[in-house]
Amino acid sequence: MTTEAELGLRDRLAKLSGVKLLRGTRLSAELERLQRQLERLEDDTSDEEIWKRVELARHQDRPYTLDYVERILADFFELHGDRGRMDDHAIVSGIGKLEGRTIALLGHQKGRDLKERTSRNFGMAYPEGYRKAMRVMELADRHRFPLVTLVDTPGAFPGVAAEQHGQGGAIARSQAVMARLGVPTVSVVIGEGGSGGAVAIAVADRVLMQENAIYSVISPEGCAAILWRDASQAKKAASAFRLDAAHCLDLGVIEGIVPEPEGGAQTDPDAAAVLLRESLVSHLAELDGLDAATLRRTRRAKFRAMGVFA
Amino acid sequence: MAQMSATDKIDVSIEHKRATLDDGSTKKHPNTCPGCGSHYRDDELQVHLRVCPQCGHHYPVRGLDRVEQLADGGSFVEDERSLRSGDPLEFFDLKPYPERLAEAEVSTGLGDAMITGAARIEGHPCRLAVMDFSFMGGSMGSVVGEKFVRACEHAAEERLPLISVSSSGGARMQEGILALMQLPKTVCALEDFHDAGGVMISVLAHPTTGGLLASFASLGDVLLAEPGALMSFAGPRVVAQTTREKLPDDFGLAESNLRFGHIDRIVPRPELRPVLAQLLRLFGSEP
Repeated sequence: MTTEAELGLRDRLAKLSGVKLLRGTRLSAELERLQRQLERLEDDTSDEEIWKRVELARHQDRPYTLDYVERILADFFELHGDRGRMDDHAIVSGIGKLEGRTIALLGHQKGRDLKERTSRNFGMAYPEGYRKAMRVMELADRHRFPLVTLVDTPGAFPGVAAEQHGQGGAIARSQAVMARLGVPTVSVVIGEGGSGGAVAIAVADRVLMQENAIYSVISPEGCAAILWRDASQAKKAASAFRLDAAHCLDLGVIEGIVPEPEGGAQTDPDAAAVLLRESLVSHLAELDGLDAATLRRTRRAKFRAMGVFA
Repeated sequence: MAQMSATDKIDVSIEHKRATLDDGSTKKHPNTCPGCGSHYRDDELQVHLRVCPQCGHHYPVRGLDRVEQLADGGSFVEDERSLRSGDPLEFFDLKPYPERLAEAEVSTGLGDAMITGAARIEGHPCRLAVMDFSFMGGSMGSVVGEKFVRACEHAAEERLPLISVSSSGGARMQEGILALMQLPKTVCALEDFHDAGGVMISVLAHPTTGGLLASFASLGDVLLAEPGALMSFAGPRVVAQTTREKLPDDFGLAESNLRFGHIDRIVPRPELRPVLAQLLRLFGSEP
């Protein structure tokens, strides 16, 4: 089903690539939206434009997971700890009401001031964070709560203790748990979607990105240091990666783009939350009523189809 | 800084141990053992499964050599040989990506960094998915992901166990976000395989890092590693630079991973074939 939707979108986008022909004719609201996405795709190819999105995605005033939780969910109850070792503050989780229905939500959490940033480890989780995420995913599955995950991390934490506690295995297992869930899942990249630490909680039925979010296999700085042997080439790396939302949509990695207020989410967090809420509600409604087996099958088939080869 | 010079003195002693080549350079020949400095001819190494007879250091093994070491003679039938990667990002760093791919293919004789096929190990039929580090650092892009998924699907259809041997630096940067998507792709395929009752044994060879450790390589029913194999999500250099922590001597190595409970056993290369045969027996594969 998802693949059909994706094919349809690509097809419509392809038709719209002759935008000049369509200008002046009447377009439905959806086509207009697609056209805007396409225009962004065509307009924003310069290194500078893509770099601007990297900066917005990392903006210190950008709303974080808990900023959205308090604006979107009613009656939120935060869940703490991995039931084994600790409570990793780089990932927050809980249950709350969306449109009168209980959902489970988890996401990376960065800090606002220096003290909070340190305690949240700049949104870089340890394996314990992913174990906390897995236990909340399983809780959602047990109680048939739809699951929403918000992705915002530079990456999983690279440290000695993180390795000793099994960072790679935790990220792998977190993806496996998401692939098994029998409840509707929606993931939204709300800032930085940094590599394995991001995809660990983004194996969802619908993966969305906010307009100024980025999603990439390695940070632009890391890539530049390795491929160009010069970290200052990060801008070049960022545009080579096409890590912005429009390009990720074009590559078939995400299903949709969540609009932000003019100038970015940090200019008006309330308006950004309204737009995010609308997207979540409409995508969850589309997934409502699908049985567990169908959800699993279509979710796995969607990821199965990713890649370009001949 | 007084402290620095003290550290330098320690370094000198390490340097002293290093084998110096005849021409006085310290750059080592690939056949010189990094463990003890012994030097071998190609055929000597081959006879010893590329393990140093002096100190037990495990040299890297090419994909096809690995298949030859593990599979019964003549039993391996390779499949999916014709798969080649596209260039979805039209990626260009110092060279265009298609040029890097072509160079890797010429130098390794492989279409990408993974070899898959059907084989027998001590009579037990199985499916193999073996990585080759010499093809772009064994990095996982669309082709490696697709080959692994097809190996899962073939194994499920034929009700055969799947054995993967990984050796990879992680996701292939030149394929950008689509390389990252090979993590969930392989994980989803493995979930389907497990649902179908399939058995997966994962062998981690040096190095298995980044995206490989964060996807299928960590999800076998049994995890085996070669002695001294680096298996970490973040490499030692990244960890040292990011955290400025002093790394333990065995950072990320198989030995450390065994101690912390992340793998089932460290298997020296000469024992790998009999150990795999034992596991195939235990999981109920008929010879």
